[in-house]
Amino acid sequence: MKTAAQTVLPGQSRAHEVVLSVRGLAVDIRTHRGTVRAVNGVGFEARAGETLALLGESGCGKSMTAKALAGIMDPVCDLAGGEVVLNGTDLGALTPKERLKFAGPELGIVFQDALTALNPVYTVGTQLGEAFRIHRGLSAKEAKVQAIELMKRVGIPEPESRVNSYPHQFSGGMRQRILIAMAVALDPRLLIADEPTTALDVTVQAQIMQLLRKLREEGQMAVVLITHDLAVVAEEADSVAVMYAGNVVESGPVSEVFSDPRHPYTKGLLESVPVHVARGAHLKSIAGSPPEIHDIPAGCVYQSRCPLVQDICLSVRPQLLPVNERSADVQDDADNYAGARPSRPGRVAACHFSKEINNV
Amino acid sequence: MLIYLRKRIVSSALPLVVVIVGVFALARMTGNPAALYLPLNATQQMRDDFTARNGLDQPLLVQMADYFGGVLRLDFGQSLRTGEDAAAMALRAFPATLQLAATTMVLAVLLALAVGCWAALKPNGVADRISSFVSMAAASIPDFWLAIVGIWVFAITLGWLPTSGVSGAGAWVLPIATLLLRPFGVLVQIVRGSMVSALSEPYIKLARSRGAGELRVVTHHALRNAAAPALTVAGDLTVGLVNGAVVVETIFGWPGIGKLMIDSILQRDFAVLQAAVLLTAVAIFALNILIDMGYALLDARVRPVTARA
Amino acid sequence: MTSSLTEPAAQNQLPGTEQRPPAKGRGNPDGNPNLFRLLLKDRFATVSALLLVLIGLTAVIGPSLMGDLATKQNLLFANKAPFTLVHGWEYVLGSDSLGRSMLARLVVASRTTFSVAVPAVAVALVVGSLWGVWAGYHRGWRENVSMRIADVIMSFPSLLLAVVVLYVFSPSAGNIVLILALTRIPIYLRTARAESAELQSRTFVDAARTFGATPNAIIGRHVIPVVLPTLLTLATLEFCYVMLAESSLSFLGIGIQPPDVSWGLMVSQGRQYLQTAWWLSIFPGVAIVVTTIAANVLAAWLRIATDPAQRWRLSLPRKRLIARIPVKEAKP
Repeated sequence: MKTAAQTVLPGQSRAHEVVLSVRGLAVDIRTHRGTVRAVNGVGFEARAGETLALLGESGCGKSMTAKALAGIMDPVCDLAGGEVVLNGTDLGALTPKERLKFAGPELGIVFQDALTALNPVYTVGTQLGEAFRIHRGLSAKEAKVQAIELMKRVGIPEPESRVNSYPHQFSGGMRQRILIAMAVALDPRLLIADEPTTALDVTVQAQIMQLLRKLREEGQMAVVLITHDLAVVAEEADSVAVMYAGNVVESGPVSEVFSDPRHPYTKGLLESVPVHVARGAHLKSIAGSPPEIHDIPAGCVYQSRCPLVQDICLSVRPQLLPVNERSADVQDDADNYAGARPSRPGRVAACHFSKEINNV
Repeated sequence: MLIYLRKRIVSSALPLVVVIVGVFALARMTGNPAALYLPLNATQQMRDDFTARNGLDQPLLVQMADYFGGVLRLDFGQSLRTGEDAAAMALRAFPATLQLAATTMVLAVLLALAVGCWAALKPNGVADRISSFVSMAAASIPDFWLAIVGIWVFAITLGWLPTSGVSGAGAWVLPIATLLLRPFGVLVQIVRGSMVSALSEPYIKLARSRGAGELRVVTHHALRNAAAPALTVAGDLTVGLVNGAVVVETIFGWPGIGKLMIDSILQRDFAVLQAAVLLTAVAIFALNILIDMGYALLDARVRPVTARA
Repeated sequence: MTSSLTEPAAQNQLPGTEQRPPAKGRGNPDGNPNLFRLLLKDRFATVSALLLVLIGLTAVIGPSLMGDLATKQNLLFANKAPFTLVHGWEYVLGSDSLGRSMLARLVVASRTTFSVAVPAVAVALVVGSLWGVWAGYHRGWRENVSMRIADVIMSFPSLLLAVVVLYVFSPSAGNIVLILALTRIPIYLRTARAESAELQSRTFVDAARTFGATPNAIIGRHVIPVVLPTLLTLATLEFCYVMLAESSLSFLGIGIQPPDVSWGLMVSQGRQYLQTAWWLSIFPGVAIVVTTIAANVLAAWLRIATDPAQRWRLSLPRKRLIARIPVKEAKP
């Protein structure tokens, strides 16, 4: 699944080229108890033909990040800083009108709940064709032809008749396919998928992930996959950014992060996955819950749940720093893996004890 | 669709029947019209004659059976006041009210859509605050008082508009402005509310992510979703418009059905009252059916379940 | 839709939450400001509440102070224009054709207006709410019959119904109250039914049912407290409607009858003097408008303030203010 198509079509990105680069992204929410930082200095890169996973618990700010990227934040949220560069253009510097030109041809987004994400009063054909009408100036008739084409592409049976159906007349899996079709209608460079399979059955989940993979390879899209599912990350993503309480706490290639976590949160997450557990054995979990968004502590964001917590963690917030020392066997694996690629995103973690973590 | 329509017609017809029966019964209880139509020194014999001639000596049930039989033959009896055919009187008054009400509702809906959308674009913004205050004031001002203020300012003080009558375009301004007030105030609030909630739906975000501009998002995606609640309320408001029509027609001397009803009640003119009320009830009933169909046209989800495509 | 009782109080148990001074009265323990404080934050709502209290007090106390003045005729002072003190303070709002003080008459009329509107709203509120909660709780035929009845009442123009009924029975204040209550019952009935039917499927009602609580006990203890804020908000709004309806009836001559006086009747009586003494019609109308707008503003505020899902909006800082407040940076 990780072999990229080598032919590059015009308008497409070259494989592994950085399509999206996010630096220091911060989002504030206004609440009645004051303004809070929901996303604090988040940074990552997404590359053509690859999938970057944003991994985290609900409420950690990953969906907020996705909406900030797509420019569709809720009215109580404000962009408080940072830089989002898509194909060399700083999205933050654009006027709202200029930005609309990017929405669709450059960037598509898929939501979690396809039922509420589709307009109930229009046929799916109308909604699928809308992007063509807005950006390519097609007539209603031409747009419908394109809509049918799109429905074929995402594997919806009988598209010629189904194009006139309404969203509520489709099953959940089919609705998700329609949503995906809508996002990829204009072959964007970047696809943001916000928990695209959370609301679906397990079997349908696999089909949807397969569809996303297929579309990614066809169009050499960069995919930002937002999820809380470790298994999905392990299977689908090339690199991962683990988020906790609005911060990225660790990021790097999936194989490295998962085999050699350098942040206690990542480690805790991985240990809570029941892999080889005998029946009746005690399942590990991370004790406690993430901090309330109103009182994120001053030091390390993970201090209240960290088994390694020291005095320094309570007062000094660790920076996201490259992780240099790796255990020897993992090093070899990672080298082999990285050899296939031009430049790999570095491994970083935000922990004072990222070196010592695996000695505990 | 036909089955659905038939079901709707049957279920909306029940209130219609109850209304007719209720008005019939109540009108009979308002007292014997003999007292009103005969001279004060009329003899008992004259009273009895009058009562018998108009069928008022029959048991209530018989009177009602006669009445319903007449309704089925489109015969509502004669006006006690003028001796004219009651149905003809009601039908003659009806167009004046219909014109007034229809013009008012069309204006109210158009204005409310424009103002409501404008307010919903920036919740809590300046436009929203202004429109919410204006709509609240519009729903708080008594219509009869506004009519009087209007007459005082525009007819008496400035002399721009006539105080009453139906001649000329000027005569329409004050009655429509008075009648417009309440539906406009209520509709603005409804449109604004449903637009705000429609605009916060995920499908709006998704439309924006497809590159749809503000105008397209509002007019294309949100408005159609927001229109359904407004439509329902517009139906209720039309019923309320009859209340307004009674007041407005009384003040401005507008020869419509509202004035006819008030006059017939004051004159104990049963036949005309019943014909007028029945006509009004049928009009409201027809309007409800139309609104249901409009609803189904707007939103596929409420359409009767047909075989899936 | 949770009541203040069922809201989790977990937030201030987390370490680091700043301790708020204990809120007075019905304050919530979870750090949400209480109703009274919220009210003070909203200028419009505060002014409206003050106005309503003032008008209410006038209606209660005023007539006993000014009752005589309102009936005292003095033809020397007939139709005096308002806004001048040359004829004495009692004629500051002018006088009518019999030389009675407009101010005093307005004060006396306020009592009549309130004594019709308040009982009518109260009767409709109590009957409609209980009926609706009962219908919504039991569902089935009880619900269907109730809703049909509501449909029938609602599909008939209420003013016309009032006109017809008030001709059958004499147009006394009591009958006006009854007919206004009757025509407004469906409003509460529908709302209470919808809310109660929705609650009926909630877990806490199910839980009560499994403990063997009787329907009436569940309705009283679990359904009504949750539905009440919505219904009280509705009642505030309905107060306007009922006041306007009473005014309309009095204006048409079938509401309050002379020698009693209400604001609507005063507008009607002043109508024939519109050319010579405009204040006779305009001032009572202004009184109606001020009262209904105040009640409307208060109702709009209440609707948000009593809805836990909406309440945050009231204390939300405005966007422009925010930009100037530096965001607390996380310490590195």
